[in-house]
Amino acid sequence: MSEAPRLSPHARLRHDAARGQWVLLAPERVLVLDETSHAILALLDGTRDVAAIAAQLAAEYDAPAEEIAADVAAVLDDLRAQGLVRP
Amino acid sequence: MSGSIPPPIGLLAELTHRCPLGCPYCSNPTDLEKRGAELDTATWQRVMREAAALGVLQLHLSGGEPAARPDLEAITATAAEAGLYTNLITSGVLLNGARLRALADAGLAHVQLSLQHAEAAAADRIGNFRGGHARKLALVEGIHAAGLALTINVVLHRGNLDSVEAMIALAERLGAGRLEIAHTQYHGWALRNRAALMPSAAQVAESRATVLAARERLQGRMAIDFVAPDYHASRPKACMGGWGRQFLNVTPSGAVLPCHAAETIPGLSFPRVTEQSLAGIWYGAEAFNRFRGTAWMPEPCRSCDRREVDWGGCRCQALALTGDATQADPACALSPHRAALLAALEAPAEDSLAFRR
Ligand code: SF4
Ligand code: SF4
Repeated sequence: MSEAPRLSPHARLRHDAARGQWVLLAPERVLVLDETSHAILALLDGTRDVAAIAAQLAAEYDAPAEEIAADVAAVLDDLRAQGLVRP
Repeated sequence: MSGSIPPPIGLLAELTHRCPLGCPYCSNPTDLEKRGAELDTATWQRVMREAAALGVLQLHLSGGEPAARPDLEAITATAAEAGLYTNLITSGVLLNGARLRALADAGLAHVQLSLQHAEAAAADRIGNFRGGHARKLALVEGIHAAGLALTINVVLHRGNLDSVEAMIALAERLGAGRLEIAHTQYHGWALRNRAALMPSAAQVAESRATVLAARERLQGRMAIDFVAPDYHASRPKACMGGWGRQFLNVTPSGAVLPCHAAETIPGLSFPRVTEQSLAGIWYGAEAFNRFRGTAWMPEPCRSCDRREVDWGGCRCQALALTGDATQADPACALSPHRAALLAALEAPAEDSLAFRR
């Protein structure tokens, strides 16, 4: 099983009630999350690996797991490059 | 009216103006607020809850030196609990590993530590605080150990432009995730010291080239933000992202400002958090509405296609250079008062600095 990704300790996921959106907060950054990114980040708990996250989302959204797995990997790669997700 | 005004994103909380350092480029007002006038713990905690409810996402705990307040931990805890992303802007000299750990436990996310120069002797001379630089370096290990994100912040002026390369290397060695290199903004003490701080055009160009090369080289390892100097620009910056659009600033005594130098503007009065709610001030205060949007603009801004890009630049800079806060910021080459800025650029360099006190 591959290593389970999680948010970097200085990245915070929160609901922005004033604007009705989910955001990921980091030093001098406010990342507004779309529904897919939020659904993925909400499942990062340090125990689920990418396959487990994709399986769960595939079940929830009734979509093919391979497609979802590619989406999950892309979102996480992007956030990893920005230092917001580890490992 | 509140329907068309977006909620603020950031709050700069100046917990105190007290600071052990005396940087001559400090943007605090030359008339510093005294300890006795500072808000108490409970009021700051209420401000944090009101800010979060109003829509603020990013909190900057600043000063002066915010760690001069023993209740920094308590204020941080309330802010984090309310959901604010909490940044500490510090000189570092009043902190230690134990306090950092307590701050991290309270929910602090990020420390922005200032450096004055890469070499201890020069750094201590600029900050007017002996041993300061060594204390800052010693603190970094504790910042990492507490799991806090680290930004190194450097303000550039004539006295440290020889050190840009070395400061970038130092920030990298200290394991900073982010480096902010900002040319001095001439407000408060910096304005008083302008003739001694102002770099030459050649020095500015060199600093920019050095920073851009480093940014390329360090991509993916350390992010570098560069703030170019207004006086050497031909178009102004959107000061604070536009007056009353994204940020608010609360002074040690609780005055709520659209930007930290706004109190220099005559004829504006700034309500205090002890008199009104933060939301009431943000949406309703005359001082916030005075320069909101574009309706207040005279020419050349009024008919300019950048009026909603830079919002006419900085009101306080317009005031400082033209005597009139409603003018286009003379950092804009289209300003009819451009000559005032060029005169300051060409003024003979001075050597004597007034340290902040
Ligand atoms: S700029 Fe220097 S003097 Fe001013 S608050 Fe920061 S550390 Fe203190
Ligand atoms: S004229 Fe005014 S709006 Fe246009 S670029 Fe200059 S400062 Fe900005």
